[in-house]
Amino acid sequence: MKNETKIVKVGIADLNIVRSPDMIRTSGLGSCVGIVIYDASKNIAGLAHILLPESRLTKQSHFNKHKYADTAIPILIDKLLAGGARKFALKAKLAGGAQMFQIASPLETMRIGSRNIEAVKAQLNESRIPIIASDVGGNAGRTIEFNPATGQLKVRKVNQDIIYI
Amino acid sequence: MEYLHLSNLQLDVLREVGNVGAGNAATSMSKLINRKMDMQVPSVKIVNFDEMMELIGGPEEVIAAMLFQIKGEFPSTVYFILPMEEAEALVQKMTGVENFTLLNDPGSDDICISALQEMGNIVTGSYLSALSDFTNIHMQPSVPYLSIDMAGAILTVGLLEISQVSDYAIIIDTSISSDSLEKIQGHFFLMPEPKSLVKLFKALGIDHEE
Repeated sequence: MKNETKIVKVGIADLNIVRSPDMIRTSGLGSCVGIVIYDASKNIAGLAHILLPESRLTKQSHFNKHKYADTAIPILIDKLLAGGARKFALKAKLAGGAQMFQIASPLETMRIGSRNIEAVKAQLNESRIPIIASDVGGNAGRTIEFNPATGQLKVRKVNQDIIYI
Repeated sequence: MEYLHLSNLQLDVLREVGNVGAGNAATSMSKLINRKMDMQVPSVKIVNFDEMMELIGGPEEVIAAMLFQIKGEFPSTVYFILPMEEAEALVQKMTGVENFTLLNDPGSDDICISALQEMGNIVTGSYLSALSDFTNIHMQPSVPYLSIDMAGAILTVGLLEISQVSDYAIIIDTSISSDSLEKIQGHFFLMPEPKSLVKLFKALGIDHEE
């Protein structure tokens, strides 16, 4: 049973890490962004499913740090380093940040997808992690699955061909 | 206000709100498609974000959903959700276009898509006007926005405001269905923002309990 592949699922506003042969996935990303950070030669990868861009938006006194791009990414990096990944070898792949409804609204929350993407990019830049590939924006939901053994991110959209980035 | 601390009386009131709204919506749906519509007993669920997707069959379930944003005194989000086959069956019934499918070449079926939107508009309009009469709170719904995609992607839109104040959402879920000939089942999800609940309980004379 040693070689059996397990798929670890990450929920909304959550994160986790895996080692090959296991894979990691998250389903139904809309305006949310799925961030995969991995160390290819150590066969270890982490995935965060963030809902909102910045933790300063919170009105809660205790909030879930996995919900925001700026707080989730540092936690994910720490977990990977604790799991044996090397900081200099970390790379990132992104998917999500769609606009699900074509709402013409002055409300800031309505373009949350692009704000999420910007916040994720800014945070990765601050942590000096290069973005190798991304499939972001548009107006379709995505399910993503990362295989740390190959470094490939599988992206599935409704009624479209599966792509690997 | 914390969702988790609602009293039984407050939960009952929310169920009644769902009841009144969906009763009216079932009537107007029934007129529209000329079928008897039944309504299930509403449920009020306080769920975390992952549990919310499970109510509809999981985050990857493909659904046809119309979103209405309610502004004004009662900020909230309303979804009218139909499973794919049922949305297609309804459109075929209304337009007479027999081979209509939602996912294939949606651009060529503008009339069918607008029929679906208009149906959502009428049915949700009845839901909201009943709600407004019952609570005496003025509701200003947006125009309907239609999306056909994964439940997870669609439903998080309604969570954006809520998620800044809470890790839970309160969902007043009512479904209307028809068992005659072909099964049709639609869900209404009413997701009030936390401050709207306070307003609602005040309007109905049930003061919010500390």
